[in-house]
Amino acid sequence: MLLSKNEGKELLLMGNQAIARGAIEAGVNVAAGYPGTPSSEIIENLASVAGKANLYVEWSVNEKVSLEVAAAASFAGLRSLCVMKQNGVNVASDFLLHLVLSGTRGGMVLIPCDDPGAISSVNEGESRYFARIMEIPLLEPGDFQEAKDMTKWAFELSEELGNIVMLRSVTRLSHASGNVKLGNYEPVQGKANFRFDGNLLDPKTGPVITAPVPMRHNQQQGKLKKAIELFETSPFNRYEGPEKPELLIITSSACYLYSREAVKALGAEGRTGILKLGTTWPLPPELLKKHLAAAKKILVVEEVLPFLEENIKILAMENIDSLGKISFHGKNDGSIPSVNEMNPDHVIKAVSSILAIPYDSMPEDYEKKGMILSFTKSPNRELTFCPGCPHRASYWSINRALTMDGRNGFVCGDIGCYTMAILPAGFSTIKTAHSMGSGTGIASGFGKLKSFGMEQPVVSVCGDSTFYHAAMPALVNAVHNGSDMLLVILDNSGTAMTGFQPHPGIPSDATGNELPAVDIEGICRSIGAKTYTSDPFDIAGTEKQLLELIEDNSGARVLILKQPCALSPEKKKEKRYTVSVDSDLCRGEECGCNRLCTRVFRCPGLVWNAEKGKAMIDEIICAGCGVCADICPAGAIKRSEVKP
Amino acid sequence: MIDPFNIIITGVGGQGNVLAARMLGNTLAKSGYHVTIGETFGASQRGGSVMSHLRVSKESAWSPQIPKGRAHLIIALEPIESLRVLAAYGNRDVVVISNTRPIYPVGVISGDFAYPSLPELNSAMGELCDDKRFINATEEALSLGNPILGNVIMVGAAAGTGLLSIEDSSFESVISENVPASKVKINMEAYRKGKEMVKAPIKF
Repeated sequence: MLLSKNEGKELLLMGNQAIARGAIEAGVNVAAGYPGTPSSEIIENLASVAGKANLYVEWSVNEKVSLEVAAAASFAGLRSLCVMKQNGVNVASDFLLHLVLSGTRGGMVLIPCDDPGAISSVNEGESRYFARIMEIPLLEPGDFQEAKDMTKWAFELSEELGNIVMLRSVTRLSHASGNVKLGNYEPVQGKANFRFDGNLLDPKTGPVITAPVPMRHNQQQGKLKKAIELFETSPFNRYEGPEKPELLIITSSACYLYSREAVKALGAEGRTGILKLGTTWPLPPELLKKHLAAAKKILVVEEVLPFLEENIKILAMENIDSLGKISFHGKNDGSIPSVNEMNPDHVIKAVSSILAIPYDSMPEDYEKKGMILSFTKSPNRELTFCPGCPHRASYWSINRALTMDGRNGFVCGDIGCYTMAILPAGFSTIKTAHSMGSGTGIASGFGKLKSFGMEQPVVSVCGDSTFYHAAMPALVNAVHNGSDMLLVILDNSGTAMTGFQPHPGIPSDATGNELPAVDIEGICRSIGAKTYTSDPFDIAGTEKQLLELIEDNSGARVLILKQPCALSPEKKKEKRYTVSVDSDLCRGEECGCNRLCTRVFRCPGLVWNAEKGKAMIDEIICAGCGVCADICPAGAIKRSEVKP
Repeated sequence: MIDPFNIIITGVGGQGNVLAARMLGNTLAKSGYHVTIGETFGASQRGGSVMSHLRVSKESAWSPQIPKGRAHLIIALEPIESLRVLAAYGNRDVVVISNTRPIYPVGVISGDFAYPSLPELNSAMGELCDDKRFINATEEALSLGNPILGNVIMVGAAAGTGLLSIEDSSFESVISENVPASKVKINMEAYRKGKEMVKAPIKF
C-alpha cells in the first residue's frame, strides 16, 4: 500500500499511514524519530518499506539526536523526515533553535504528533508554539487526505525556503482513519554529498553554521516572509459558507472536522462560515483580513492553547481601522474549554450559544439514568499491568523492601508502562512522575538533602529505553556529586509502551538489521555506580538485593531488574509455568493475608471465585510467569514448569 | 441508511478492538462508503476500556468522534462495556450487539466492585435502548478453534442486522488481504455464523 503505484486509488488509511505515504510520494530518503504515542506508526510504516524504497529509517536514542540525524541528511542534499510526540519537540528544541538559523538544504520536515487530552501522555503540551518562537512555517492538515498531501508539499516548501518546516498532527488524525486518494509515486535514488567549500555566507555551499547570527537571523525572517506570500494562495486554506456569515469559525486540524459537524448538527449552514487554515504560522494576513471583514462575530476552534486565537487577535488589532469592531469567541472568553481535547459537542455548544440555536444532545432523564446505571452496573476499568508483566513483580519487591526498611522511603518515577505504578496496579509505589529521565534527576537532588535532615531512602526507576534517552546524564550527575540514591532499571528489552520498538540495547534496528547492542550494566559500571542485576521473577532474591542496596548509603547505586516484557515477541503466547490454585490449601477470606493474591497483587489472570470463596486461575488470561506462587503465604498457588 | 451512520466498537484493551474496527471499516470502504474511524489506544490498552468510532457516509469524511447521544449501532466485545457506551452515546433507537464473555476489571477481582449477571445487565440496558442482542461470540469462536474469531463473529453480526448494506464479497476480500489463504475459510465461517446468530440472540 505504501509503495503502490496505483495513482488515484482510494484507500482507508490511518492518519500516520497517510503521512508516511506523503513522505514516500515526496521521495524522502532518511527518516528518524523516537517512539511516542500517537506518532510511532509513521516511522514504523516507513521502516516496513525501507529496503524496497531505498530509505534509511532510524529509531534514534532521543528526539534531539533524531533531529540531528535527519538534519545531516538534509545538509547532504537529501530529503529527510523527523517524527516525535509533542514533548519530544522540547527535547529537540535546543538543536532546533540553531538549525533554523543555519537553514537546511534537502527538504526537511519535522512532524510532531500532539496528544490533546493526554490520551496517552502525562502532559498535553503544544508543539505549535515552537513554530512561532523558532520562526519556521507551520502546517496543520485538516483531514486524512491532507495529512498525505500536505506532508508531500512540506518537503517542497522546505526546499523552496531553505529551512525546516513543521507539520503538526494530533491523536485524532494520527490514530484515526479515513479515505485517502493516492498520488504519484516514483522511486528515488538520492545522492548524498555535503558541500562546505563555498563562501562562508553561502547557505547552499558554505559550512552550515549559525554565525554571523544577526545576518542569518535576518535571512531566516526573510524565509518566513516568503512563506507568507505562498500561504496567501495555498489551497490548504479553504472557506466554506455564505459570503457574509453571521458567525465565522476559524479552525485548523481535527477541529475543522468537529466544526463542520457542529454547523451541520445545528442546521446553521446559512448563517455560519468556516475558514479552515492549513498554514497556521505565519498567518497569511490578506486572506484573514478578507474573511474577518465579512463577519462581525468570530469563533476560533483549536486545541489545546489559544494559538490561532491570539495571533488572529493581533492581526485584527493591527487592522482595526479597516476591520472595525469584531467580537471574538474561543478559549479566552470560555466559549471553548481551555483544557483537554475538543470534540463535536464542545463546538456545538459554543455555536448554539453564540447563535441562540437550541440543541439537545440527550434528554435529561436519559442522561441521568445512563450515568447511574453505568456507575452501578459497569465497574470502572482501572489501568493495570498485563498478566505476566515483570513490572508487577518488580514493584511488589520494591514496595516490600521499602516497607521493611521502615524509613519512609519512596520512588521517583519515569515514563513508560511502569509509570502506572502511581496506581494500585503498581501498589502506588511511585511518588513523583514527570518527563523522560526526570525520575533519576529528581532522585539525584533528593539524595543530596541529608544535610537538611532528610533521612528517607531515595529510589528512582526507569525503563531500558528511557535509560538511554535521558536517564544516563542524570545518573552521571548522581555518581559525580555523590548523591545517596538507588536507580532501579526496569529492563524489559524493548520500548514496550509504544509497541516494542528497538533501542540501543537491542541488537537490531528499526528495519530488523543486526546491530551491536550497547550494554546498560557496562555503562553503569564504567560511570562508577555500584551495579547489580537481578531477575524480578525471583521475588526472594530481588527483595534481598533491594534491601541491601537501599540500606547501603554510599552514593549512587544501580539495580537492573531484567526480564522481557510479557508481550515481547520472544515471550508471547509461551507459558513458562502452568499455574493452579489448590483449593484445599487456599484458606480464602479466613487466611489472614487480606487476600494478598487478589486484593493486593491484582494480576488479571488470578481471579476470585466468589461462590467458592477461593482464589482461582483464569487459564485464558494467565501468562504463566509463576510469580504469584511466591506471594501466597499458604502455598496454595502451585506452578509446574511447562515442558517444551 | 441514516447518513452518517455512527458505529461504536467497544471492548477491553487487548481484545482486538482496533483490528475489528479496521476490518469493518475496510469492508464498508470496499462497499463504496466514506469511512472515518477514530481510535482510542495507547495507555488504555493496558486493561482499560477501548473504543473505536466509525462514521459511515455516502457523502464525505466525518469527525473521528461521534457526538454525545448519536450512536446508531454499538458492538460490544465485552458485555459491561456496552452499558458504559450507552450512557455516553446512546439513545432509545440505538441497536446494541453484545458478546457475553466477561473480562473482569481488577476492581472486581479485588472485590471492590460487583460484576452484574447477564440478565441484570440486559435489564439495565433495556432502560436505555429497545433493541439489544446478546450473542455467545467467544464460546462460538472457541468451538471454531480460536477465541480471536469472536471479533469476526461480531462483525458478521453487525452485517446480519441489515442496518448497513455490506456485501459478503467485500468482507471476504478484506479478510483475504489480512490473513493467510489457509485461514480465509474459517474466518468466512465465523462471519456467516455471526450473521445468523444476531438473528436469534439469547433470550432472557
